[in-house]
Amino acid sequence: MSQEVFHYPGLNLGKAHPRTHAIAQTTIFGFWVFLMSDAILFGLVFSSYVTSVHATAGAPGPKQLFDITSVFAETLLLLASSFTFGMASLSMKYSHSKRRLVGWLVLTLVLGAGFLGLETHDFLTMVAKGGAPEHSGFLSAFWDLVPLHGLHVTGGSIWLICLLGQIKRYGLDTRTKLDIMRLALFWHFLDIVWIAIFTVVYLAGLA
Amino acid sequence: MSTASIVYDIIGRFTMHSLPFYDMVQNPTKENLINGSIAGFAACVAVGGLVIVVAGITYLKKWRWLWSEWLTSTDHKKIGIMYVVIAFVMMGRAIIEAILMRAQQAWGLDGGFLSPNHFGQLFSTHGTIMIFFMAMPFLIGVINYVMPLQIGARDVSFPVLNSISLMLTAAGAILIMASLVFGQFSTGGWFGYPPYTEAHFLPGVGPDYWIWALSLSGLGSTLTGINFAVTIFKERAPGMKLFYMPLFTWAALCTSIMMIFAMPPLTVATAQLALDRYLGFHYFTNELGGDMMHFVNLFWIFGHPEVYILIIPAFGIYSEVFSTYSGKALFGYASMVLAIMCIAILSFTVWVHHFFTMGQGPSINAVYGIASMLIGIPTGVKIYDWMWTMFRGRVRITAPMIYAIGFIVLFVLGGMSGIVLANPSVDFQVHNTDFLVAHFHNVIIPGVLFGLIAGYHFWFPKVFGYRLDERWGIFAACCWTLGFMLAFFPLYALGIMGLPRRTVAYAQPAYVPLEMAAFGGALLIGVALLSLLIQLVVSYLHRDENRVPVGDPWDGRSLEWACAAPPPEYNFPVIPMVSDRDAFTAAKAFGTAYLPPAEYVDITLPKNAAMGPVIGALGFAIAFGLVWHIWWLVCLATLGAFATMIVRGFARDTTKTIPAAEVEAEYEQWLEVVRAATPVTRADETRPVNQGLADQTALGAAS
Amino acid sequence: MRVVGPGVRRWIVNTQPRHRPATAADRSCPRRWVGARFAWTVSLARCIALAVLVLMLGSCVGNEHMSFLDPQGPVAHAEAVHFYWIVGIMAVFVAGPIFLALPFFLWRYRYGNARAKYAPNWKDSAPVIAFTWIGPVLIVCGLGYFVWTDSHRLNPYRALASNQPPLQMQVIGYDWKWLFIYPKQGIATIGTMALPVGRPVTLHLTSATVMQSFFIPALGSQIYAMGGMVTRLNLEAMHPGRYLGENTMYNGNGFHFQKFTAVGMTPDRFKAWVKQVKFNGTPIDARILTAIGTCSTREQMIAAMPSLASTDGAIYLKDVSPGLFPAIVKAVKQGTTPGLAHAAQGGSGSRRSTTCKTPPPRLARAEP
Repeated sequence: MSQEVFHYPGLNLGKAHPRTHAIAQTTIFGFWVFLMSDAILFGLVFSSYVTSVHATAGAPGPKQLFDITSVFAETLLLLASSFTFGMASLSMKYSHSKRRLVGWLVLTLVLGAGFLGLETHDFLTMVAKGGAPEHSGFLSAFWDLVPLHGLHVTGGSIWLICLLGQIKRYGLDTRTKLDIMRLALFWHFLDIVWIAIFTVVYLAGLA
Repeated sequence: MSTASIVYDIIGRFTMHSLPFYDMVQNPTKENLINGSIAGFAACVAVGGLVIVVAGITYLKKWRWLWSEWLTSTDHKKIGIMYVVIAFVMMGRAIIEAILMRAQQAWGLDGGFLSPNHFGQLFSTHGTIMIFFMAMPFLIGVINYVMPLQIGARDVSFPVLNSISLMLTAAGAILIMASLVFGQFSTGGWFGYPPYTEAHFLPGVGPDYWIWALSLSGLGSTLTGINFAVTIFKERAPGMKLFYMPLFTWAALCTSIMMIFAMPPLTVATAQLALDRYLGFHYFTNELGGDMMHFVNLFWIFGHPEVYILIIPAFGIYSEVFSTYSGKALFGYASMVLAIMCIAILSFTVWVHHFFTMGQGPSINAVYGIASMLIGIPTGVKIYDWMWTMFRGRVRITAPMIYAIGFIVLFVLGGMSGIVLANPSVDFQVHNTDFLVAHFHNVIIPGVLFGLIAGYHFWFPKVFGYRLDERWGIFAACCWTLGFMLAFFPLYALGIMGLPRRTVAYAQPAYVPLEMAAFGGALLIGVALLSLLIQLVVSYLHRDENRVPVGDPWDGRSLEWACAAPPPEYNFPVIPMVSDRDAFTAAKAFGTAYLPPAEYVDITLPKNAAMGPVIGALGFAIAFGLVWHIWWLVCLATLGAFATMIVRGFARDTTKTIPAAEVEAEYEQWLEVVRAATPVTRADETRPVNQGLADQTALGAAS
Repeated sequence: MRVVGPGVRRWIVNTQPRHRPATAADRSCPRRWVGARFAWTVSLARCIALAVLVLMLGSCVGNEHMSFLDPQGPVAHAEAVHFYWIVGIMAVFVAGPIFLALPFFLWRYRYGNARAKYAPNWKDSAPVIAFTWIGPVLIVCGLGYFVWTDSHRLNPYRALASNQPPLQMQVIGYDWKWLFIYPKQGIATIGTMALPVGRPVTLHLTSATVMQSFFIPALGSQIYAMGGMVTRLNLEAMHPGRYLGENTMYNGNGFHFQKFTAVGMTPDRFKAWVKQVKFNGTPIDARILTAIGTCSTREQMIAAMPSLASTDGAIYLKDVSPGLFPAIVKAVKQGTTPGLAHAAQGGSGSRRSTTCKTPPPRLARAEP
């Protein structure tokens, strides 16, 4: 453990998985670079949102539209899913049973689906209150930023389902392990983005 | 459900009016006849070209070859070649458009022959193509081919991703070509400022073509940037420290990092514009809290780094060209690296200089103006260092050197006009005029295009195994240089005389002589392009006498010259060890070039993948469906794209192995060629006697 | 405006002022814009440039002033001076050394010149590298000083120094014409923008349609006009004359027709002009406002409403409420602009555009 060579930031599989660890050096580094690009994308959408936050043009604003209780519940669900994914990664690294790994992954998926369900409910409520995107610049910016994150989570969930299929088909081979590691990074990244959304959009909006 | 709505469900917004000559037939006024003929002819050329290519491939029974050798190839070299082919095809179209526009303006005193709408499409497609589908594919193609060879790698880090990027770019290019035949392109220029491009003001398919073509190419470029950056960081040959990398590789690194950072703003800007147009959002509208200046900011946060994304690889090429054709190590290597890094960073800090006239405060303008000027410092350093590279060298005036020298002269002038524009108080006078048009052509043509064509000359023998015809090359280079000067220097004067850019017609007779001169220059550039084509044909016909199988026709300095021309699929039989800058020059000096390795090993390479062309085709289908509101196509293609990715996730058997014996046989065969070749001095480098083996006794080893 | 004839609008045609040769403009330009120490170099540079420019402009110089190198106002004049300085500094310090050294290097170190020294491994020299960096840094420091001072001095929002209060004007960009409102005078014009010589003008600009850029090169800076927003610009004319005015931001098929003539008049003539417009102009009403908001060139608009015709092709309106400009800004912001509502007719891939961007007829300029 003390001799472990870290190839990149984050969870390294290490000596127990020599072949995967060697390939991961390039693959995971590449994924980090991709996340950097995605972070810039989110950063720009955030800046769009922040510059449009007062452009409500007479349409309902944050105070009329946001339901902090529901958003807080979403936050908890997503944070919990990040934790369960972390547990899945650890159980892969320390070669726990496949069932345990799959269990953590399925739990992550359920929590992610719960997040998406609640978020969809929030969106529908907003539309019912007159908060559809075509009513103002502020609402346009909101509907770009928050659903963009939601779409990312949806994509991650589909990826997770495919991964479960791959585990079933091939077991934990190199390719599957690399995919789990990449999806883990993606998932944690979306968690961080959500924290920013929770702070900038919801807390600041209701402050 | 009415028939009309069923038809709409099937073919979306398409009607007979979407065909280029329909209006001409229906309403044959003189204007409709002229514009319809031009548009119809262009559409015929596009369709005819496609038919000829398809028929030719079918006749020669080359479909299987095309599919397995090229389209599904994951070899960085073949992908690079395909990128450059796209670039040349698109350059042909965009230069013809440029000549048309110059002709229109030359006869534009109170009229001309093109309708304003047609002219608007011409300048929009010209700009969009030249930036996104000429310069970008060209430089990505050259980097793709050369960079892995220069760092002693077998391929890029993610070969299948490389193929996907290529096919997405190709899909964007085909989408722009489709706009010749179906409907019209945007008239909003290459930067498509809203609210003009909002559905309210420009409801047709044009801006949608623009949005989706850019999105496809932007996505491809982002992925390429990631791929190249990871390749350079992770795949370098053992011993090659960052500061041993050739300057071109450094340039490739800077450009890829910039792509990773600069492409997302474009994606955001075009996506938000698409939301406005398709779903009635209010990002950039006049009303209900929209703000068009958000788009302008986002676009130029992408757009300004973009011009450096274009020019930095060209700087890299010039560095190789100056040093190779001066027979001398590059002067001030560390200084050069620092300079391009400075340019890369500074390029993200200057975007506001594209709209000093927005009405923001003078301090903001001054800060961005000074930041823009700061870029002049590292650029100046680079120019000086190239000149010091020639100092005490043995400078050979070959075609690439003519481009390089033309570049220095013209780029200094273009840079000067850039400094003029960086002064907000002068920019207030020349912004949006032909002065600006002259300026950016003055930096992009000598800077980017000359560099890329110089690189095309320089590396062509490596790629295809024979040299390009030198006389036609020099002729083309002279036509480019003179044509450029004639075409664009008058535009500076026109701008100072108050002629706004994108003007289809004007009322001042004083503009006519200058416009005529510029038209002459455009024709000369047309001749230059034609000479490049003739040069290619001539060189192909004489390929047997110009072969350079040994692979080092110019006494090159970096690793790409160390392998055969054309290189084997795996580039190097054994990955070379590097212990110095100019690794190949060092090897030649120490006599370690052309030695067989101690032992051969099996080489693992990625198999061909259909992923790239499939994603490209589906990407095109999604974009085309979105442009025409053919929703069933969008849904099907999107599902298809997801399915493709999922299926690919289940693929396991993705590599192939080339046995050591085969590698050995191939390498020994090449070494035979090397032993049989006569070393040539630089005096003979453009003669048939040059088989690609450089004489080290005369100049290279002296002193 | 030598003849203020009795005819209906005859007077408007003859707003042609006496043409001044460019050198006269030189002498009369206020010194406050020029550093006195460098005045002689500046005038020399200006003489050369003006000679070139006069050649280029040819016959046009006598008609409309269309370049800032033929400045007719203090702002354009200062910008021209700034331009000469920048170009001069760079010609001497940037282009000069490179253009001298490059041919020399190429000739001296050409392949085959065995007499020149050959040093294939000479690739580093601290003093040379220091020189390559310090040179450009010094040049940019010098230029940066100019940028900072002149950006503030020539800030388009900054009121021009004068002993008279500026004339207030409001400008609205339409497709494809500018509407000039004189709120204090209660008049408005399209196609002609009259201004008194020697008195600063403060313009407030907006757009009732897409983004545009307002520009009178011979007088000074250009500035964007944007829907729902207001920008500002300060100009002044030094000499009576006719100056080319235009929109430089592409806005569709009639873009190249969006020109106007700025006419500098002596204060007395300006007063007379205002009086004439108040007397002869057409009272503005909802119908006219809708017509202005419709996509058309000025000529097309006159063709549609012949009562607006005047002999110089401009449109003169009176009874203009000072609330018009803010009302338009507000309407655009709320999406209720008159005359624009018709534009959105739904998407169509048709070659024959059904909307605002319908091409104006060929050579609309020549039509009545």
